[in-house]
Amino acid sequence: MITKRIIPCLDVKDGLTVKGVQFENLVVAGDAIELGRRYAEEGADELCFLDITATNEKRKTLAALVKRIAANINIPFTVGGGIKSVDDISVLLDSGADKITINSAAVRNPELVTQASKEFGEQCIVIAIDAREVAGEWYVHTHGGKQKTDIKLFEWAKEAQERGAGEILFTSMNNDGTKNGFTLEATRQLTEALTIPVIASGGAGAKSHFKDVFEQANADAGLAASIFHFNEIGIKELKDYLKAENIHVRG
Amino acid sequence: MKVAILRYNAGNTQSVQYALERLGVTPLVTDDPALLTSADKVIFPGVGHAYSAMNYLKSKQLDQLIPQLKQPFLGICLGMQLLCEHSEEGDTACLGVFPVKVVKFDAHLAQQQSAKLKVPHMGWNNLQEMNGKITKGLTANDYVYFVHSYYVELADYTTAQTDHIVPFSAMLEKDNFHAAQFHPEKSSQQGSQIIQNFLEL
Repeated sequence: MITKRIIPCLDVKDGLTVKGVQFENLVVAGDAIELGRRYAEEGADELCFLDITATNEKRKTLAALVKRIAANINIPFTVGGGIKSVDDISVLLDSGADKITINSAAVRNPELVTQASKEFGEQCIVIAIDAREVAGEWYVHTHGGKQKTDIKLFEWAKEAQERGAGEILFTSMNNDGTKNGFTLEATRQLTEALTIPVIASGGAGAKSHFKDVFEQANADAGLAASIFHFNEIGIKELKDYLKAENIHVRG
Repeated sequence: MKVAILRYNAGNTQSVQYALERLGVTPLVTDDPALLTSADKVIFPGVGHAYSAMNYLKSKQLDQLIPQLKQPFLGICLGMQLLCEHSEEGDTACLGVFPVKVVKFDAHLAQQQSAKLKVPHMGWNNLQEMNGKITKGLTANDYVYFVHSYYVELADYTTAQTDHIVPFSAMLEKDNFHAAQFHPEKSSQQGSQIIQNFLEL
Protein backbone atom coordinates (compact mmCIF):
# COMPACT_ATOMS: atom_id res chain seq x y z
CA MET A 1 0.00 0.00 0.00
CA ILE A 2 1.24 3.43 -0.90
CA THR A 3 2.50 5.49 2.04
CA LYS A 4 1.73 9.03 3.11
CA ARG A 5 4.71 11.20 2.28
CA ILE A 6 6.64 13.67 4.43
CA ILE A 7 8.29 16.38 2.34
CA PRO A 8 10.68 18.93 3.81
CA CYS A 9 10.65 22.08 1.73
CA LEU A 10 13.77 24.15 1.33
CA ASP A 11 13.15 27.72 0.24
CA VAL A 12 16.38 28.64 -1.46
CA LYS A 13 17.83 32.09 -1.91
CA ASP A 14 21.32 32.33 -3.40
CA GLY A 15 21.98 28.67 -2.51
CA LEU A 16 21.01 29.08 1.14
CA THR A 17 17.84 27.83 2.76
CA VAL A 18 15.61 30.56 4.17
CA LYS A 19 12.28 30.64 5.92
CA GLY A 20 9.77 33.41 6.51
CA VAL A 21 6.52 33.84 8.37
CA GLN A 22 3.49 34.23 6.09
CA PHE A 23 5.87 34.80 3.19
CA GLU A 24 7.77 37.70 4.87
CA ASN A 25 10.80 38.24 7.18
CA LEU A 26 13.32 35.76 5.82
CA VAL A 27 15.93 34.18 8.06
CA VAL A 28 18.73 31.89 6.94
CA ALA A 29 18.41 28.22 7.94
CA GLY A 30 21.45 26.58 6.33
CA ASP A 31 23.09 25.15 3.21
CA ALA A 32 20.47 23.64 0.89
CA ILE A 33 22.39 20.54 -0.13
CA GLU A 34 23.59 19.71 3.37
CA LEU A 35 20.07 20.01 4.73
CA GLY A 36 18.68 18.00 1.83
CA ARG A 37 21.15 15.20 2.38
CA ARG A 38 20.45 15.15 6.10
CA TYR A 39 16.72 14.89 5.49
CA ALA A 40 17.19 12.08 2.97
CA GLU A 41 19.24 10.14 5.52
CA GLU A 42 16.63 10.73 8.22
CA GLY A 43 13.90 9.26 6.05
CA ALA A 44 12.29 12.16 4.17
CA ASP A 45 10.20 10.76 1.32
CA GLU A 46 10.92 13.58 -1.10
CA LEU A 47 12.49 17.00 -1.05
CA CYS A 48 11.17 20.22 -2.45
CA PHE A 49 13.48 23.10 -3.40
CA LEU A 50 11.87 26.43 -4.18
CA ASP A 51 14.07 29.21 -5.49
CA ILE A 52 12.26 32.20 -4.12
CA THR A 53 14.46 34.72 -5.87
CA ALA A 54 14.51 33.03 -9.26
CA THR A 55 14.93 35.56 -12.01
CA ASN A 56 16.12 35.05 -15.54
CA GLU A 57 19.73 35.87 -14.62
CA LYS A 58 19.68 33.40 -11.77
CA ARG A 59 18.29 30.53 -13.85
CA LYS A 60 21.78 29.14 -14.51
CA THR A 61 22.60 29.23 -10.81
CA LEU A 62 19.48 27.21 -10.11
CA ALA A 63 20.40 24.58 -12.73
CA ALA A 64 23.85 24.27 -11.16
CA LEU A 65 22.28 23.82 -7.73
CA VAL A 66 19.93 21.15 -9.13
CA LYS A 67 22.92 19.22 -10.49
CA ARG A 68 24.62 19.29 -7.09
CA ILE A 69 21.43 18.12 -5.37
CA ALA A 70 20.90 15.29 -7.88
CA ALA A 71 24.47 14.10 -7.44
CA ASN A 72 24.15 13.97 -3.67
CA ILE A 73 20.62 12.81 -2.91
CA ASN A 74 19.05 9.38 -3.54
CA ILE A 75 15.38 10.29 -3.11
CA PRO A 76 13.12 12.23 -5.48
CA PHE A 77 13.14 15.98 -5.49
CA THR A 78 11.02 18.74 -6.91
CA VAL A 79 12.33 22.11 -8.01
CA GLY A 80 10.42 25.32 -8.53
CA GLY A 81 10.66 29.07 -8.57
CA GLY A 82 10.20 31.38 -11.50
CA ILE A 83 9.52 28.67 -14.10
CA LYS A 84 7.89 30.37 -17.08
CA SER A 85 8.37 28.15 -20.10
CA VAL A 86 8.84 24.65 -21.45
CA ASP A 87 12.51 25.56 -21.95
CA ASP A 88 12.90 26.43 -18.26
CA ILE A 89 11.45 23.03 -17.36
CA SER A 90 13.66 21.23 -19.82
CA VAL A 91 16.82 22.75 -18.29
CA LEU A 92 15.85 21.71 -14.76
CA LEU A 93 14.80 18.16 -15.70
CA ASP A 94 17.99 17.73 -17.72
CA SER A 95 19.96 18.85 -14.67
CA GLY A 96 18.43 16.03 -12.62
CA ALA A 97 15.18 17.35 -11.10
CA ASP A 98 12.50 14.65 -10.87
CA LYS A 99 9.57 17.04 -10.87
CA ILE A 100 9.12 20.73 -11.33
CA THR A 101 6.58 23.01 -9.75
CA ILE A 102 4.92 25.90 -11.53
CA ASN A 103 2.94 28.58 -9.70
CA SER A 104 2.42 32.12 -11.05
CA ALA A 105 3.24 31.32 -14.69
CA ALA A 106 0.60 28.58 -14.77
CA VAL A 107 -2.05 30.98 -13.46
CA ARG A 108 -1.06 33.59 -16.03
CA ASN A 109 -0.77 31.08 -18.86
CA PRO A 110 -2.70 27.84 -18.15
CA GLU A 111 -1.72 26.56 -21.59
CA LEU A 112 1.79 26.10 -20.14
CA VAL A 113 0.43 23.26 -17.96
CA THR A 114 -0.95 21.49 -21.03
CA GLN A 115 2.25 21.95 -23.00
CA ALA A 116 4.52 20.88 -20.15
CA SER A 117 2.46 17.80 -19.41
CA LYS A 118 2.48 16.71 -23.06
CA GLU A 119 6.18 17.34 -23.41
CA PHE A 120 7.48 15.79 -20.20
CA GLY A 121 4.63 13.64 -18.87
CA GLU A 122 2.14 14.51 -16.16
CA GLN A 123 4.15 12.71 -13.49
CA CYS A 124 6.71 15.51 -13.30
CA ILE A 125 4.41 18.53 -13.42
CA VAL A 126 3.41 19.80 -9.98
CA ILE A 127 1.13 22.81 -9.87
CA ALA A 128 1.71 24.88 -6.74
CA ILE A 129 -1.21 26.97 -5.56
CA ASP A 130 -0.93 29.62 -2.86
CA ALA A 131 -4.40 30.53 -1.68
CA ARG A 132 -5.89 32.71 1.03
CA GLU A 133 -9.35 32.41 2.50
CA VAL A 134 -11.28 35.64 2.53
CA ALA A 135 -14.87 35.59 3.80
CA GLY A 136 -15.30 31.89 3.16
CA GLU A 137 -13.78 31.85 -0.33
CA TRP A 138 -10.28 30.66 -1.20
CA TYR A 139 -8.54 32.95 -3.70
CA VAL A 140 -5.42 32.04 -5.64
CA HIS A 141 -2.44 34.35 -5.09
CA THR A 142 0.63 34.67 -7.28
CA HIS A 143 4.12 36.16 -7.11
CA GLY A 144 5.05 34.55 -3.80
CA GLY A 145 1.67 35.45 -2.35
CA LYS A 146 1.96 39.14 -3.11
CA GLN A 147 -0.73 39.39 -5.79
CA LYS A 148 -4.31 38.40 -5.19
CA THR A 149 -6.32 37.11 -8.15
CA ASP A 150 -10.06 36.55 -8.57
CA ILE A 151 -9.45 32.90 -9.38
CA LYS A 152 -10.93 30.42 -6.95
CA LEU A 153 -8.79 27.62 -5.54
CA PHE A 154 -11.03 24.67 -6.37
CA GLU A 155 -11.76 25.80 -9.91
CA TRP A 156 -8.10 26.36 -10.67
CA ALA A 157 -7.03 23.05 -9.13
CA LYS A 158 -9.55 21.18 -11.26
CA GLU A 159 -8.48 23.00 -14.38
CA ALA A 160 -4.83 22.22 -13.65
CA GLN A 161 -5.71 18.53 -13.27
CA GLU A 162 -7.63 18.55 -16.53
CA ARG A 163 -4.70 20.18 -18.28
CA GLY A 164 -2.40 17.39 -17.15
CA ALA A 165 -0.92 18.36 -13.78
CA GLY A 166 0.35 15.26 -11.96
CA GLU A 167 0.05 16.68 -8.47
CA ILE A 168 -1.19 19.76 -6.61
CA LEU A 169 0.88 21.47 -3.92
CA PHE A 170 -1.63 23.52 -1.96
CA THR A 171 -0.33 26.14 0.47
CA SER A 172 -2.77 27.89 2.75
CA MET A 173 -1.45 31.42 3.18
CA ASN A 174 -3.69 31.87 6.22
CA ASN A 175 -1.88 29.02 7.96
CA ASP A 176 1.66 29.40 6.57
CA GLY A 177 4.20 30.09 9.30
CA THR A 178 1.62 30.08 12.10
CA LYS A 179 2.42 26.55 13.34
CA ASN A 180 -1.25 26.14 14.20
CA GLY A 181 -1.77 23.23 11.82
CA PHE A 182 -2.70 22.66 8.20
CA THR A 183 -6.03 23.90 6.91
CA LEU A 184 -8.15 20.76 7.03
CA GLU A 185 -11.48 21.59 5.43
CA ALA A 186 -10.08 23.14 2.23
CA THR A 187 -7.52 20.33 1.89
CA ARG A 188 -10.25 17.73 2.33
CA GLN A 189 -12.38 19.39 -0.33
CA LEU A 190 -9.39 19.37 -2.70
CA THR A 191 -8.56 15.69 -2.16
CA GLU A 192 -12.25 14.82 -2.68
CA ALA A 193 -12.52 16.87 -5.85
CA LEU A 194 -9.29 15.66 -7.51
CA THR A 195 -8.05 12.30 -8.73
CA ILE A 196 -4.36 13.36 -8.61
CA PRO A 197 -2.35 13.52 -5.36
CA VAL A 198 -2.50 16.59 -3.12
CA ILE A 199 0.40 17.85 -1.00
CA ALA A 200 -0.78 19.92 1.96
CA SER A 201 1.41 22.83 2.98
CA GLY A 202 1.33 25.72 5.42
CA GLY A 203 0.95 25.67 9.18
CA ALA A 204 2.66 22.50 10.40
CA GLY A 205 3.88 23.06 13.95
CA ALA A 206 3.34 19.74 15.70
CA LYS A 207 3.43 16.04 14.87
CA SER A 208 -0.31 15.78 15.38
CA HIS A 209 -0.87 18.28 12.59
CA PHE A 210 0.40 15.70 10.08
CA LYS A 211 -1.85 13.02 11.54
CA ASP A 212 -4.80 15.41 11.23
CA VAL A 213 -4.15 16.31 7.61
CA PHE A 214 -3.66 12.65 6.61
CA GLU A 215 -6.62 11.32 8.60
CA GLN A 216 -9.13 14.13 8.34
CA ALA A 217 -8.24 15.63 4.96
CA ASN A 218 -6.82 12.54 3.20
CA ALA A 219 -3.78 14.51 1.99
CA ASP A 220 -1.28 12.36 0.10
CA ALA A 221 1.70 14.23 1.47
CA GLY A 222 2.49 16.85 4.09
CA LEU A 223 5.06 19.53 3.40
CA ALA A 224 6.80 21.72 5.94
CA ALA A 225 9.89 23.83 6.28
CA SER A 226 10.83 25.56 9.50
CA ILE A 227 9.90 22.80 11.95
CA PHE A 228 12.44 20.59 10.21
CA HIS A 229 15.12 23.22 9.56
CA PHE A 230 15.21 24.39 13.14
CA ASN A 231 15.12 20.83 14.53
CA GLU A 232 11.82 21.34 16.26
CA ILE A 233 10.62 17.99 14.95
CA GLY A 234 12.92 15.30 13.54
CA ILE A 235 11.73 13.39 10.48
CA LYS A 236 12.33 10.03 12.10
CA GLU A 237 10.58 11.14 15.26
CA LEU A 238 7.62 12.34 13.18
CA LYS A 239 7.40 9.06 11.30
CA ASP A 240 7.65 6.97 14.47
CA TYR A 241 4.79 9.00 15.89
CA LEU A 242 2.67 8.57 12.74
CA LYS A 243 3.30 4.82 12.70
CA ALA A 244 2.21 4.57 16.31
CA GLU A 245 -0.93 6.45 15.29
CA ASN A 246 -1.58 3.86 12.54
CA ILE A 247 -0.77 6.18 9.65
CA HIS A 248 0.94 4.24 6.88
CA VAL A 249 4.41 5.75 6.41
CA ARG A 250 7.75 4.44 5.15
CA GLY A 251 10.75 3.83 7.35
CA MET B 1 33.25 -2.43 -16.46
CA LYS B 2 31.53 -0.57 -19.28
CA VAL B 3 28.00 0.48 -18.37
CA ALA B 4 25.94 2.13 -21.09
CA ILE B 5 22.85 4.22 -20.46
CA LEU B 6 20.68 4.16 -23.55
CA ARG B 7 20.07 7.72 -24.70
CA TYR B 8 16.70 8.49 -26.27
CA ASN B 9 14.03 11.17 -26.15
CA ALA B 10 12.41 10.00 -22.92
CA GLY B 11 15.44 9.23 -20.84
CA ASN B 12 15.84 10.79 -17.45
CA THR B 13 19.46 9.77 -17.75
CA GLN B 14 20.95 12.27 -15.33
CA SER B 15 19.59 10.67 -12.14
CA VAL B 16 20.63 7.18 -13.21
CA GLN B 17 24.05 8.51 -14.10
CA TYR B 18 24.46 10.04 -10.64
CA ALA B 19 23.22 6.88 -8.93
CA LEU B 20 25.89 4.87 -10.78
CA GLU B 21 28.54 7.43 -9.90
CA ARG B 22 27.61 7.12 -6.23
CA LEU B 23 28.41 3.40 -6.65
CA GLY B 24 31.76 4.24 -8.24
CA VAL B 25 30.82 3.56 -11.88
CA THR B 26 31.08 6.18 -14.62
CA PRO B 27 28.57 5.26 -17.31
CA LEU B 28 28.53 6.09 -20.97
CA VAL B 29 25.34 7.72 -22.25
CA THR B 30 24.84 6.70 -25.86
CA ASP B 31 22.48 5.68 -28.66
CA ASP B 32 25.32 4.26 -30.77
CA PRO B 33 24.47 0.60 -31.64
CA ALA B 34 28.14 -0.45 -31.61
CA LEU B 35 28.77 1.02 -28.16
CA LEU B 36 25.53 -0.45 -26.80
CA THR B 37 26.37 -3.88 -28.16
CA SER B 38 29.88 -3.87 -26.71
CA ALA B 39 28.89 -2.60 -23.24
CA ASP B 40 29.01 -4.99 -20.28
CA LYS B 41 25.67 -3.72 -18.98
CA VAL B 42 22.94 -1.60 -20.53
CA ILE B 43 20.47 0.54 -18.60
CA PHE B 44 17.30 1.81 -20.28
CA PRO B 45 15.74 4.51 -18.09
CA GLY B 46 12.75 6.52 -19.06
CA VAL B 47 10.18 9.08 -18.12
CA GLY B 48 7.81 10.22 -20.81
CA HIS B 49 5.32 9.02 -23.37
CA ALA B 50 5.39 5.49 -24.83
CA TYR B 51 4.33 6.46 -28.34
CA SER B 52 6.90 9.19 -28.94
CA ALA B 53 9.60 7.07 -27.28
CA MET B 54 8.91 4.11 -29.60
CA ASN B 55 8.95 6.41 -32.63
CA TYR B 56 12.35 7.67 -31.62
CA LEU B 57 13.71 4.17 -31.03
CA LYS B 58 12.43 3.13 -34.48
CA SER B 59 14.01 6.14 -36.15
CA LYS B 60 17.38 4.95 -34.80
CA GLN B 61 16.65 1.24 -35.47
CA LEU B 62 17.10 0.70 -31.75
CA ASP B 63 13.79 -1.22 -31.72
CA GLN B 64 15.61 -3.92 -33.69
CA LEU B 65 18.77 -3.80 -31.60
CA ILE B 66 17.40 -3.85 -28.03
CA PRO B 67 15.68 -7.29 -28.10
CA GLN B 68 18.87 -8.79 -29.58
CA LEU B 69 21.20 -7.58 -26.82
CA LYS B 70 22.82 -10.34 -24.80
CA GLN B 71 24.38 -8.59 -21.83
CA PRO B 72 22.47 -7.83 -18.59
CA PHE B 73 19.90 -5.19 -19.48
CA LEU B 74 17.84 -3.11 -17.02
CA GLY B 75 14.71 -1.20 -18.04
CA ILE B 76 13.43 1.40 -15.60
CA CYS B 77 9.88 2.83 -15.47
CA LEU B 78 8.93 3.70 -19.07
CA GLY B 79 11.98 1.62 -20.03
CA MET B 80 10.26 -1.41 -18.47
CA GLN B 81 6.97 -0.64 -20.19
CA LEU B 82 8.66 -0.29 -23.58
CA LEU B 83 10.13 -3.79 -23.16
CA CYS B 84 6.58 -5.19 -23.06
CA GLU B 85 4.41 -6.08 -26.01
CA HIS B 86 1.90 -3.28 -26.14
CA SER B 87 1.05 -0.12 -24.18
CA GLU B 88 -2.34 1.51 -23.88
CA GLU B 89 -0.46 4.81 -23.76
CA GLY B 90 -0.96 6.04 -27.32
CA ASP B 91 -2.02 2.48 -28.32
CA THR B 92 1.65 1.70 -28.90
CA ALA B 93 3.27 -1.50 -30.12
CA CYS B 94 6.40 -1.89 -27.97
CA LEU B 95 9.56 -3.99 -28.09
CA GLY B 96 7.99 -7.34 -27.18
CA VAL B 97 10.77 -8.71 -24.97
CA PHE B 98 8.17 -9.49 -22.31
CA PRO B 99 4.89 -10.85 -23.75
CA VAL B 100 2.83 -8.67 -21.41
CA LYS B 101 0.50 -5.70 -21.75
CA VAL B 102 0.80 -2.23 -20.24
CA VAL B 103 -2.53 -0.73 -19.20
CA LYS B 104 -3.71 2.47 -17.52
CA PHE B 105 -4.74 2.61 -13.86
CA ASP B 106 -8.49 3.04 -13.61
CA ALA B 107 -8.91 6.41 -11.85
CA HIS B 108 -12.62 5.80 -11.27
CA LEU B 109 -12.02 2.42 -9.67
CA ALA B 110 -9.36 4.12 -7.55
CA GLN B 111 -11.88 6.68 -6.31
CA GLN B 112 -14.33 3.98 -5.28
CA GLN B 113 -11.85 2.20 -3.03
CA SER B 114 -12.08 2.97 0.67
CA ALA B 115 -8.63 4.55 0.79
CA LYS B 116 -9.53 6.73 -2.22
CA LEU B 117 -6.38 6.03 -4.17
CA LYS B 118 -4.85 8.43 -6.68
CA VAL B 119 -3.55 8.26 -10.23
CA PRO B 120 -0.63 8.74 -10.96
CA HIS B 121 0.62 6.14 -8.48
CA MET B 122 3.12 8.51 -6.95
CA GLY B 123 5.20 7.72 -3.90
CA TRP B 124 6.72 4.91 -1.86
CA ASN B 125 5.15 1.48 -2.01
CA ASN B 126 6.29 -1.93 -0.86
CA LEU B 127 7.69 -4.84 -2.84
CA GLN B 128 6.19 -8.29 -2.34
CA GLU B 129 6.77 -11.79 -3.69
CA MET B 130 10.33 -10.95 -4.69
CA ASN B 131 12.11 -13.79 -6.48
CA GLY B 132 14.37 -12.10 -9.04
CA LYS B 133 18.14 -12.00 -9.30
CA ILE B 134 18.55 -8.30 -8.54
CA THR B 135 16.50 -8.03 -5.34
CA LYS B 136 18.84 -10.07 -3.17
CA GLY B 137 19.53 -8.31 0.10
CA LEU B 138 16.07 -6.73 0.14
CA THR B 139 13.43 -7.72 2.66
CA ALA B 140 9.76 -8.31 1.89
CA ASN B 141 7.85 -5.03 2.16
CA ASP B 142 10.87 -2.83 1.58
CA TYR B 143 9.76 0.47 0.07
CA VAL B 144 10.73 1.85 -3.33
CA TYR B 145 9.66 4.97 -5.21
CA PHE B 146 7.05 4.81 -7.98
CA VAL B 147 5.70 7.50 -10.34
CA HIS B 148 3.49 6.17 -13.13
CA SER B 149 -0.04 6.14 -14.55
CA TYR B 150 0.30 2.94 -16.60
CA TYR B 151 1.23 -0.45 -15.20
CA VAL B 152 2.31 -3.90 -16.31
CA GLU B 153 -0.12 -6.68 -15.47
CA LEU B 154 1.01 -9.65 -13.40
CA ALA B 155 2.65 -12.26 -15.61
CA ASP B 156 4.86 -15.34 -15.61
CA TYR B 157 7.88 -13.06 -15.74
CA THR B 158 6.85 -11.00 -12.70
CA THR B 159 9.63 -11.12 -10.11
CA ALA B 160 8.20 -8.61 -7.63
CA GLN B 161 4.75 -7.18 -7.20
CA THR B 162 3.14 -4.14 -5.63
CA ASP B 163 -0.45 -3.23 -4.92
CA HIS B 164 -2.07 0.01 -6.02
CA ILE B 165 -5.75 -0.25 -6.96
CA VAL B 166 -4.78 -3.70 -8.30
CA PRO B 167 -1.70 -5.91 -7.78
CA PHE B 168 0.73 -5.30 -10.65
CA SER B 169 4.27 -6.14 -11.77
CA ALA B 170 6.85 -4.06 -9.93
CA MET B 171 9.66 -6.05 -11.59
CA LEU B 172 10.07 -8.39 -14.53
CA GLU B 173 12.88 -10.72 -15.50
CA LYS B 174 13.50 -12.91 -18.53
CA ASP B 175 16.93 -14.22 -19.50
CA ASN B 176 19.28 -11.20 -19.52
CA PHE B 177 16.40 -8.68 -19.35
CA HIS B 178 15.54 -7.12 -16.00
CA ALA B 179 13.02 -4.39 -15.43
CA ALA B 180 11.69 -2.22 -12.62
CA GLN B 181 8.54 -0.11 -12.72
CA PHE B 182 9.85 1.98 -9.82
CA HIS B 183 12.95 4.16 -9.79
CA PRO B 184 15.87 2.36 -8.11
CA GLU B 185 17.98 5.48 -8.70
CA LYS B 186 15.58 7.37 -6.40
CA SER B 187 14.76 4.64 -3.92
CA SER B 188 17.25 5.33 -1.14
CA GLN B 189 19.49 2.45 0.05
CA GLN B 190 17.11 -0.24 -1.25
CA GLY B 191 17.35 1.21 -4.76
CA SER B 192 21.15 1.39 -4.60
CA GLN B 193 21.20 -2.25 -3.55
CA ILE B 194 19.18 -3.21 -6.63
CA ILE B 195 21.51 -1.29 -8.94
CA GLN B 196 24.53 -2.82 -7.20
CA ASN B 197 23.04 -6.31 -7.67
CA PHE B 198 22.50 -5.57 -11.36
CA LEU B 199 26.09 -4.38 -11.76
CA GLU B 200 27.29 -7.62 -10.17
CA LEU B 201 25.41 -9.90 -12.60
